[in-house]
Amino acid sequence: MPSVDPAFLALPLATVADAVLSRARVLGARYACCRVQRTRTARLELVDGTVRGTGDSTATRLGVRLAYRGGWGFAAVPELTGPAAVAAVDRAAAVAEACAGVGPPELADEPVHQDATWVSAYRVNPFEVPEAERVAVLADWSTRLGRAPCVRSVLAYYTAVQENTFYADLAGTVATQQRVRVHPVLFAFGEDARTGATAVLRTLGPPTARGWEYLGGDGWDWDAELAALPGELAGKLRAEPVEPGTYDLVLDPSHLWLTLHETVGHATEADRALGHELSYAGGTFVAPDSVGSLRFGSPLMHVTADRTATHGLATVGYDDEGVAAGSWDLVRDGVLVGLQHDRRTAARTGVSRSTGCAYAESAGHVPLPRMPNVALRPVPGGPDTGALIAGVDDGIYLVGSDSFSIDIRRHAFQFTAQRCYRIRHGRLAGQLAGVAYLGETTAFWAALTGVGGPGSYREFGADQCGKGQPVQLSAASHGAAVTRFDRIRVVNTGAGPP
Amino acid sequence: MTPQEVAETALAAAAGTELVVVVDELSSAYLRWIGDEVTSAADTDDRQLTVIALGGGTPGVAAARGALDPAGIRALIAAARRARRPGSAATPPPVTAVDPEWGRPPVPPAAVPARPRSHDHFLFGYAQQCARTTYVASSAGLRRRYGESTALLDQTLRSAGGAVTWTGWCGTDLAEAGYQPPGDRMEAARTRIALPPAAYEVLLSPSCVADLMLRLYAAADARDAAEGRTVFALPGGGTRLGERVSPAELTLYSDPAEPGLSCAPFVVARGTGTSSVYDNGLPLTRTNWITDGVLTALVRDRGTAGATGEPATPEIGNLVLTGPAGGSSLAEMVGRTRYALLVTALWYVRDVDRRTLRLTGLTRDGVYLVEDGRIRCAVNDFRFTASPVDVLGQVREVGRTEPALPREYGEHAIRTAMPALRVADFVLSAVGDAR
Repeated sequence: MPSVDPAFLALPLATVADAVLSRARVLGARYACCRVQRTRTARLELVDGTVRGTGDSTATRLGVRLAYRGGWGFAAVPELTGPAAVAAVDRAAAVAEACAGVGPPELADEPVHQDATWVSAYRVNPFEVPEAERVAVLADWSTRLGRAPCVRSVLAYYTAVQENTFYADLAGTVATQQRVRVHPVLFAFGEDARTGATAVLRTLGPPTARGWEYLGGDGWDWDAELAALPGELAGKLRAEPVEPGTYDLVLDPSHLWLTLHETVGHATEADRALGHELSYAGGTFVAPDSVGSLRFGSPLMHVTADRTATHGLATVGYDDEGVAAGSWDLVRDGVLVGLQHDRRTAARTGVSRSTGCAYAESAGHVPLPRMPNVALRPVPGGPDTGALIAGVDDGIYLVGSDSFSIDIRRHAFQFTAQRCYRIRHGRLAGQLAGVAYLGETTAFWAALTGVGGPGSYREFGADQCGKGQPVQLSAASHGAAVTRFDRIRVVNTGAGPP
Repeated sequence: MTPQEVAETALAAAAGTELVVVVDELSSAYLRWIGDEVTSAADTDDRQLTVIALGGGTPGVAAARGALDPAGIRALIAAARRARRPGSAATPPPVTAVDPEWGRPPVPPAAVPARPRSHDHFLFGYAQQCARTTYVASSAGLRRRYGESTALLDQTLRSAGGAVTWTGWCGTDLAEAGYQPPGDRMEAARTRIALPPAAYEVLLSPSCVADLMLRLYAAADARDAAEGRTVFALPGGGTRLGERVSPAELTLYSDPAEPGLSCAPFVVARGTGTSSVYDNGLPLTRTNWITDGVLTALVRDRGTAGATGEPATPEIGNLVLTGPAGGSSLAEMVGRTRYALLVTALWYVRDVDRRTLRLTGLTRDGVYLVEDGRIRCAVNDFRFTASPVDVLGQVREVGRTEPALPREYGEHAIRTAMPALRVADFVLSAVGDAR
């Protein structure tokens, strides 16, 4: 089992926490927390197998958050010393005073978690792998793709992140954590020398909370994907333009995860429901009092949320308000049954306990409710992909996420895919170009008529999800079974060949 | 340590390695509110040191944010050295300019803004004041400093009847952000009608134009175009330089000395983005990317330029679009309109086809029907799917250029000044319900 990085534990965490919390007590803060976060990020970029850029960055800061004299305040500083911590408390207190509202700050209760330590599930820390080895793997993958006659150019990117956090609050919770994630991704740019058609395909292997072992095949079959990709790209270069109309869609988990993220994940964030995100990322059609009554979709729809999935990108031991990670339902039998809360939104909506969704990109950012891992559960005994396709007479099978766009109420949307296959009489009949499907969230999910069995369930995810002002990035995984949606509107975007 | 001491400490520890160091001193203060409630407010400082180890092949880059001590600096240099890749490619000569500003301290920290208020309508938004001072130094002798303050104010008004409109402001000091309620739009928005998807004449606000032009600028890398990956590639090889992209006399340029929009007058490359770390400190002057409707430059570092014999035209931190002199204000353009849709802001703009820069997105926070010279009423939101290059090809009138806040601004947004544009046959492909 991996353990917390000794270099992080060597930081003066206790000194800083003592300084912050002592000063906050003296001031009489209702709530105060000290958060030290160190995030290490490694990047690689290769063009046609040659390194074009590398990066290795480490960001370490102290963030102080207070509820004080009727307002919330926050300050962050780079120095990890007692005097700097005390100064940060005073600055946060000044912000809180200046922002005092109409009522006292509210925060849902949470049990105290003393001296908690948590480390995510990985085997090989990617930062312990020599740079030359990382480059060699990406270069080899690029070369394999580049050998195909239809491939004109290959871009390869690799990102690895190690996030360490130390949280201590006035109530007595102290939590030290370490998370690791990796994401290799390749883009193959294709060109048909005869027709001049061009197309791009991306690998589908998702970002994941695993270590370097992921690139060796633990959790994703990279060899199989790299072997198959040139053939799929050749098919995409020959794709026929889609005829706009209404089709039955079979959505692979590699595609559906993003639709789930945008239409269910973001729609069920409590801060959006309260209007707190209106000025930037937007609101939601879901109201706080919709829980228990809003029909979100078909009775086949069972959507769960968690911060506990073994390799989930949003998985933690404790959130950035000291709340223990858990799991819960968002939609059960097609009905909205839960939202995503931090301690503030829980208190505002009368929910007794936060669901543990507070997250800040760094110690320099104010935590806000961020998406946990959100998953569409498979149906026990449900069909596999082949069986779902076999049941469609006239439709499209979509694989891999691509373009996504949705309105500020999380209702009207448009999605495209990496690969779109025509389905005729239950069989795949070549790829289509320019496919985009449009819909409105609840009508779309009401059109869900088939959900695959556990054998079709796979996890994907996003590691660049933006929200808040200033914008903060977060990561979340999304599992899904293969699905069928009936009579969905499809347009031709004009993208891709011919 | 002062930022200059951090830089000099790093260079002194280089031990024969050719180094470039970039030290950024940062402060940010912001406030986010909805009605009477402040939902988030903060006062933050940060420091970042980026160390770039040069020498023949791919440079090694290592960066650290947070407090720095000599041991941490030495560790960073070692990491940059380890990340360096061997190679024998010719590199441009180092820039060795020494700035008289080098010894100056960082720009003073930002102060937390006060909450704007509206007596007439429900108001929500975000106000931010930032300061950044950048020190760039190298073992070859380069010493340059640039400091700037930036501010933005993003506000949405909502009436009791549900009428919504958005305004965005950007500049250097929030104290200068005079708020002018868009009264004509709020009055007109008391009536709302539904219009179908169709090709409309549209008046795109400067903010909308900023969102589109920033996407175009981000796709304007010369090497990516030459290698066939972007909209500026020619089929079969080469780039579209010299091609007319708009019938209008539109000029798209960047200029570090642009009044009210000034940015670093030299290249600052931290190892990400399109700028080459070998160009650090290189003086920047005005570059026209599009001149009178013709594509005249792509973003090109000295290395790429040397290989192709073209002039170096590195990325610059602002972007300005202008038309012929005497352009009208948006209000004047409305006054001359027989029938068009006025679009206030765009949202969720995403690639549909990365190679052709075909984008899709939605309108938000205010689309209005303009008829017979006045804003008549609000209409529903729409989806669009278009390439910014195609939009330039459909421009029929160019308004007066003004500072513009793109709706999809991010932490590192490039500051812009844009005109409103009258665009013919802008296809609004579907109805959105983002009200």
